[in-house]
Amino acid sequence: MATFVSLSNAIAELVRDGQQLALEGFTHLIPFAAGHEIIRQGRRDLHLVRMTPDLIYDQLIGMGCASKLTFSWGGNPGVGSLHRLRDAVENAWPRPLALCEYSHAELAAAYTAGAAGLPSGLLQGYRDTDLYTANPDATRAIACPFSGAALTAVPAIRPDVTILHAQCADRAGNVLLRGITGAAREAALAARALLVTVEEQVESLDAGMNAIVLPSFLIDAIAVVPGGAYPSYAQGYYPRDNSFYQAWDAIARERETFLSWMNRHVLDSPDHSALLHKLGVAA
Amino acid sequence: MSQPAADIHYTQDEMMTVTAARQLRDGAVCFVGIGLPSAACNLARELHAPNLVLIYESGTVGTKPRVLPLSIGDGELAETAEVVIPLPEIFTHYLQAGRVDLGFLGAAQIDRFGNLNSTVIGAYDDPKVRLPGAGGAPEIATHASSVLVIMRMSPKSFVSELGFRTSSGFLGGRGERAARGYPGRGPQAVITDFGVLRPHPDSDELVLTDIYPGVDPAAAVAACGWPLQVAEQLQLLAPPTATELAQLRALNERTRIAHATPVKIHLAPNSSNAV
Repeated sequence: MATFVSLSNAIAELVRDGQQLALEGFTHLIPFAAGHEIIRQGRRDLHLVRMTPDLIYDQLIGMGCASKLTFSWGGNPGVGSLHRLRDAVENAWPRPLALCEYSHAELAAAYTAGAAGLPSGLLQGYRDTDLYTANPDATRAIACPFSGAALTAVPAIRPDVTILHAQCADRAGNVLLRGITGAAREAALAARALLVTVEEQVESLDAGMNAIVLPSFLIDAIAVVPGGAYPSYAQGYYPRDNSFYQAWDAIARERETFLSWMNRHVLDSPDHSALLHKLGVAA
Repeated sequence: MSQPAADIHYTQDEMMTVTAARQLRDGAVCFVGIGLPSAACNLARELHAPNLVLIYESGTVGTKPRVLPLSIGDGELAETAEVVIPLPEIFTHYLQAGRVDLGFLGAAQIDRFGNLNSTVIGAYDDPKVRLPGAGGAPEIATHASSVLVIMRMSPKSFVSELGFRTSSGFLGGRGERAARGYPGRGPQAVITDFGVLRPHPDSDELVLTDIYPGVDPAAAVAACGWPLQVAEQLQLLAPPTATELAQLRALNERTRIAHATPVKIHLAPNSSNAV
């Protein structure tokens, strides 16, 4: 049964150094507030998993929180590189970062297997990409026991903690996700512990019959964090701040400008609301 | 097509985007990437292909954005979609199940057989340039019935052999892809800033088949990292028409304004539904 807690208490209780952590949400509903709180609380040696690392993992990696990254596309969408991710991979700054790299289809299959409690997921086996030689333990070639068809197996991903952002939760702690969900549902069901931040708590979810709702019993903790996905977005609440994603390119390009931005906006802000006020986006 | 815009200046990006849009037939199911592919698909949808079905990997199917998304998952894509589904199903039930007619790809490097690198320049474990990585590309390149590639041509990006193959084109050429039983036919056109390259029917090697107005084929050959063959019947492509340019520029202008609109977040929700 989900309990409502503050974000700082939720991170303090659920997230430990050295854990495998998935902050999911595909462009939409990225849990930025939760990522920032992990940085504030100084977690280290995390194995971060995300299909698209996005700015939030650029920040976690640049602040030295991670030692390993499992991912499938590591850029700033429509803009260019994630400079902190690149600096970690190319120059081991601020510390070395081990990579486990998939295609989107493979990582989605790994989450789906994790959600189903299966040891592995399957894809058709056209194994001509060099990703397989570069990541020899990430996949295996197998034959279908019925047809003999060549397949690729990916090991299930079961994060120690999955963290999502969603639009709303009702009093009982059922959570509604609307719009683009990416692999959020699968990452939630694959997790050993699940933390969700939401825009607001509501009387009734008013969800359609086939809506994506995470029932309360799946969830360990819910924190109400308005604006918690910014500069990503929450459909129905606020749009993606594309100009921030464009501005991040210059902020993150050099270590000094990155650290100074993170100090001023994340470390020197007690919480997400303070950060949104500093950035001038709180109304 | 309306009158050629003979006296209208246009950019290389506009020529590439219009050329890509013209390749898209109405009713096709397209798996779209961000940037020029997204611009080309939506231009085609506004012009000659109103029934183009656009799928973005974030989970939006049959989307009709009024402005171009910066990311693959902007809210505009969800709001204008026929349906939004979880991402795993996009890859399993749609792409790998063979329901995509056309995949649109870019990359940092392409080789003479249309294989693509979007992972790394230099050694994988000690890279000179770490690129974003695979994303949806390997499965798009494998499973889409055909593939269109859009890339600017230079000796560094059009290379004889790749240092790292992220996504499969024709592998080693001479029918190797077909012999390996790939479901999709591979890259059928590579749209560059000089013209269009297409695979040779026997060797699978990419050959310059179409050229833009005012471009010297020798310049295209010089910009290519392998000895680029030029088709005997080189087609001269028409410049963008006034209609094509007007639609594309309006689309880009709507997009620019939308992306520059400041975001404001109401921290105290006033929804009557709030507890």
